[in-house]
Amino acid sequence: MADTIKKATRESYGEALRDLAEEYKDLVVLDADLAAATKTGIFKKAHPERFFDCGIAEANMMGVAAGLATCGKIPFASTFAMFAAGRAFEIVRNSIGYPHLNVKIGATHAGISVGEDGATHQCNEDIALMRTIPGMTIINPCDDVEAKAAVKAALDFNGPVYMRFGRLAVPVVNDAATYKFELGKGVVMKDGSDLSIVATGLMVNEALEAAKVLEADGINARVVNIHTIKPLDKELIAKCAKETGLIVTAEEHSVIGGLGAAVAEAVTESCPVRVVKIGVNDEFGYSGPAVDLLKKFGLSAENIVKVVKENINK
Amino acid sequence: MDAKMKKELQKTACKVRMGVIEGTYNAKSGHPGGSLSISDTLTYLYYVVMNADPKNAESPDRDRFVLSKGHTAPALYAVLAQKGYFPEEEIKSLRHIGALLQGHPCIHTPGVDMSSGSLGQGISAAAGMALAGKLDKKSYKVYTILGDGEIEEGQVWEAAMFAAHYKLDNLVAIVDSNGLQIDGPVAEVCSPEPITDKFAAFGWHVITMDAHDFDSIENAFKEAASVTGKPVAIIQKSVKGKGVSFMENQVGWHGTAPNKEQYDQAMAELSAQLKELED
Repeated sequence: MADTIKKATRESYGEALRDLAEEYKDLVVLDADLAAATKTGIFKKAHPERFFDCGIAEANMMGVAAGLATCGKIPFASTFAMFAAGRAFEIVRNSIGYPHLNVKIGATHAGISVGEDGATHQCNEDIALMRTIPGMTIINPCDDVEAKAAVKAALDFNGPVYMRFGRLAVPVVNDAATYKFELGKGVVMKDGSDLSIVATGLMVNEALEAAKVLEADGINARVVNIHTIKPLDKELIAKCAKETGLIVTAEEHSVIGGLGAAVAEAVTESCPVRVVKIGVNDEFGYSGPAVDLLKKFGLSAENIVKVVKENINK
Repeated sequence: MDAKMKKELQKTACKVRMGVIEGTYNAKSGHPGGSLSISDTLTYLYYVVMNADPKNAESPDRDRFVLSKGHTAPALYAVLAQKGYFPEEEIKSLRHIGALLQGHPCIHTPGVDMSSGSLGQGISAAAGMALAGKLDKKSYKVYTILGDGEIEEGQVWEAAMFAAHYKLDNLVAIVDSNGLQIDGPVAEVCSPEPITDKFAAFGWHVITMDAHDFDSIENAFKEAASVTGKPVAIIQKSVKGKGVSFMENQVGWHGTAPNKEQYDQAMAELSAQLKELED
């Protein structure tokens, strides 16, 4: 595995759309004046007749996507997570979620790693918002390989899907040759028995790095990658709770309503264990280089190690 | 329009109005005023203009309709029932638990092409359907009805911009200008006027019509059919509560259901209108 290769999952999104267009004739792409940033520009270049810029008008874009879907198209409505899940929430709920239409939402620039643009564009609430919509599937891939597979899985699935991609280039942790994406199934990236680190998105790599450090200190951590946040792999979460006890969750999202909350809700029903959540606490972000911000907000392998050590013998 | 056809349309529209009263009375809630103001237009759309057949309700070539002002679903349901999409009896259970007919249109109801009712959203979905028609080189058209209060929603103007930009001449948006919204006269609440100028400025072909005169309605839709290269907006001057004397032009009948006495009076008036047309 070439762990030195880095790529932003938004790039993977654009490339996957381009590469799958031939096979999926009904695939069309919408954007809201951010094609260069969301990377749907890659698709536009290859398939201009199937790309529609809606201008800076996300509410209408979601509605247009809904209308296209009623006529058999598979629209990928693309913009920043802030505008897809935030600004357009009610249109996503009522025009896409309620009629359960086959619309895919490609939300890029999710989380604090948007960086210098600061709090107005750092969406740490999108998973929480999307989770509340009945029938909405939420995928948060951890790297290039998984992001591309997620786009294909979304195409093969009939129903609304919210896909979350990042701006920052992140290490490729999966092997493209052997990787298999199963919607709704968590992946045990490393087995362990002392605790489980349940991570999503770019925090999967941090969790794997943390596990290496913990191993050296005699703590055997299991690392689970939850790429599909809804529907959550409750079976795997319950198994982890039973077998390892303590669960530490790690996500680039608010600790309110995201992966950590979903995992905590699940274990209270199946096997109550301590769940310690690493994420953005109840606060807004601020401007700065993405890598520095991730460290500041505790979204790092170092902080995972620290939190695990503080909680392992409690 | 010949007299016979006009009479048939007037009779159907009268039955649609009776359906509106029947539905809202039995539901003990709902929106009769704005349903009555669009009853003639909906009748004309479903009986003259649109390729809409309950026996082939899912045909990819059918014309589409989106009731963007979804709160006036009772009128849509009454037309769909008249057309045979579902039994007329369903209207009596409008808004009841487990009913086929929800308070606002739901895509899972036979004949309903899109869930709607959160104002401002239907026109975007209609634009999406029109775009799909262009992509597939199909000749179907998409019709949507909005309220004059509804167009205060910003999303409507996002959609207006989009439809003109992509030259969606297979899209016809009808604005039901009955002049009243929940909080009072549209002109006093937060006026969207001049509506015709706004749509024209957004690049639409604009037509005005009298919403309760089938000759005027016919002329408007004939003109709409001839337009190319632009979406069409038909601004219809209508009377909220049309056909029921005590509901006409009364803002209070926006979202209030008739009680038994009012129901009897409304049905008596509409029955008399129908009888006169049948004689």
